[in-house]
Amino acid sequence: MPDGPEAAAEETVEEPAEVRSLPEHPILKGLIEPFVDAEWLLSAGQHVVILPKDQLGSFGEAAKAAGFEMAVDVTAVDYLGKRRVRFEVVANLLSVEHALRLRVRCPVPADDTVVPSLVPTYPGANFFEREIYDMFGITFDGHPDMTRILMPDDWVGHPLRKDFGIGDVPVQFKEANKVI
Amino acid sequence: MTDTRETKTTEFWVSGTEEPDWPGPDYVAHATDEGEQKMKLHETGDRLIEQLGTRIIDDVLYEEEEIDEDDRMIINMGPQHPSTHGVLRLQVELEGEIVRRVKPIIGYLHTGMEKTAETLTYMQGTTNVTRMDYLAPLHNELCFSLAVEKLLNVEIPPRAQAIRILMTEMNRISSHLVALATNGMDVGALSMMMYGFREREMILAFFEKTTGLRMNHNYIRVGGVAADLPDGWQGDIEQFLETMPTRLAQYDDLLRSNPIWLRRTRDVGVMTAEECLAFSITGPSLRATGLAHDLRKAAPYSGIEQYEFDIPVGDRGDSYDRYRVKVREIEESLKIIKQVLETMPRGDYKVEDRKVTPPPRKRIDESMEALIHHFKIYTEGFKVPEGEVYVGIESPRGELGCYIVSDGGSKPLRMHTRAPSFANIQAIPIMLADSLVADTIAALASLDPVMGDVDR
Repeated sequence: MPDGPEAAAEETVEEPAEVRSLPEHPILKGLIEPFVDAEWLLSAGQHVVILPKDQLGSFGEAAKAAGFEMAVDVTAVDYLGKRRVRFEVVANLLSVEHALRLRVRCPVPADDTVVPSLVPTYPGANFFEREIYDMFGITFDGHPDMTRILMPDDWVGHPLRKDFGIGDVPVQFKEANKVI
Repeated sequence: MTDTRETKTTEFWVSGTEEPDWPGPDYVAHATDEGEQKMKLHETGDRLIEQLGTRIIDDVLYEEEEIDEDDRMIINMGPQHPSTHGVLRLQVELEGEIVRRVKPIIGYLHTGMEKTAETLTYMQGTTNVTRMDYLAPLHNELCFSLAVEKLLNVEIPPRAQAIRILMTEMNRISSHLVALATNGMDVGALSMMMYGFREREMILAFFEKTTGLRMNHNYIRVGGVAADLPDGWQGDIEQFLETMPTRLAQYDDLLRSNPIWLRRTRDVGVMTAEECLAFSITGPSLRATGLAHDLRKAAPYSGIEQYEFDIPVGDRGDSYDRYRVKVREIEESLKIIKQVLETMPRGDYKVEDRKVTPPPRKRIDESMEALIHHFKIYTEGFKVPEGEVYVGIESPRGELGCYIVSDGGSKPLRMHTRAPSFANIQAIPIMLADSLVADTIAALASLDPVMGDVDR
């Protein structure tokens, strides 16, 4: 490993020259290129974009303008103990016209669980975002009705979080304590 | 509210007033024309008199007065209402007989299946997902299996793929038959209920013969299917293919030549393609608006691209079109089943990878390795490489998706199902705004939501 100020200077010069990997598809490329923080990758042959969560709203608008008519699915994942950033909001966008699918993943830290809502752009994201709020406690900024959807209104906790118990009822075996 | 209806009060004789000139046979009366739904009942004057049996009409028309907010009434429809297809509650805001706003309230059937999936191995996973959409269990199993197989990167034998297509298309028919039957019943065509379930029975009998169960089959599993088709399955399918088209034509004729049916469904619950796309509505409801989006064509799965079929579409996006699309989809599914019957390949019905599928029972007595594999698969399960994947298939109700995140273990870190009914429920407020109370039932029935799928 080379030492000294020269080597360090060389490395810093080389960094900007590194080409950002972008998809070949012109629509996807045009959509992702303006978002400098977005990282594109292929997961099992499917287009995935990893995006800072604050840009989800503006990315949704850009995606709609680029021809993604439908937010097929919005969900979240809890990576407790697996990753540094605990949650991830995953939105699936579909373009019927171009037969294209794009998955947008936004890491959400546990201490700041507010994400821009997709509902102003995609009204169909309404129920999905309510489900995420219900199950993970991630709130969506700009959502018209951020209430629980599946669980009762007075429910405590968010069931799909990894630290939420799976509902075991302790069973007491009375016979076990008997002395024969 | 101002009344914008085209009313010709002079055409009707309200008792106690001066008798007017009666309309001729070519007169078209607009009896009701509520809000944006355009409920026009085109009737000639003579026909109207013939049907009503009198020339005196007392209550057909009245001038609506200004209604303020206090006159609106909020009514809960459900969750125990017979025609909400399960435990769905609709909070409707009524202004007389007109629905102004609707809010669907769901969650009564929530059983936490996504949470349960995190505690089950991939092999047990299909047992869990098959209980979601109880009218199309095989689609749920297929979707889950396809997602896991994509992560595992295994090649499924052609026979297993053909069996999967055969079973899911049969399932599509049985699901659509229930949809037609309940749709008929909700609108008052009670014979449709019995006919629909009669034909469904044939399919369920075949499912029972093949999978052992009438519902919750757990037949399509990761790596293939649970068992080969039973002996003489061709005969059963041939008999079904012989019976079904005539029966289908019979009750399609029964409903389409019924003026009451036509009036209860035509121009009721209208949606446009733009609305459907914006509100994530897929399946027959989307195709009824004229947009030919079917994942069997757009993103073919399990070798369905080998078979020839069309995508039926409607043109108005109303209740009637949704019904018609379903009938024609049954015809297309019959076409696919016929092709599968003719071209069923020979070979394995599951992938012969002992890390994924268990060995046959007989091998366990003979082979040490088989015993070990069997033990490992049934106790620990098989491990799936780290990654995340989304697979969508065309279920009878729309796009059924499965999003699986694996951390490299034998249980998924996260299993999310994109339930088509869950998204389609969002159509209710659009469809029902400014329509009549009676039409809420007709429109809801044509949407065909399954509450097990909505709540999961």
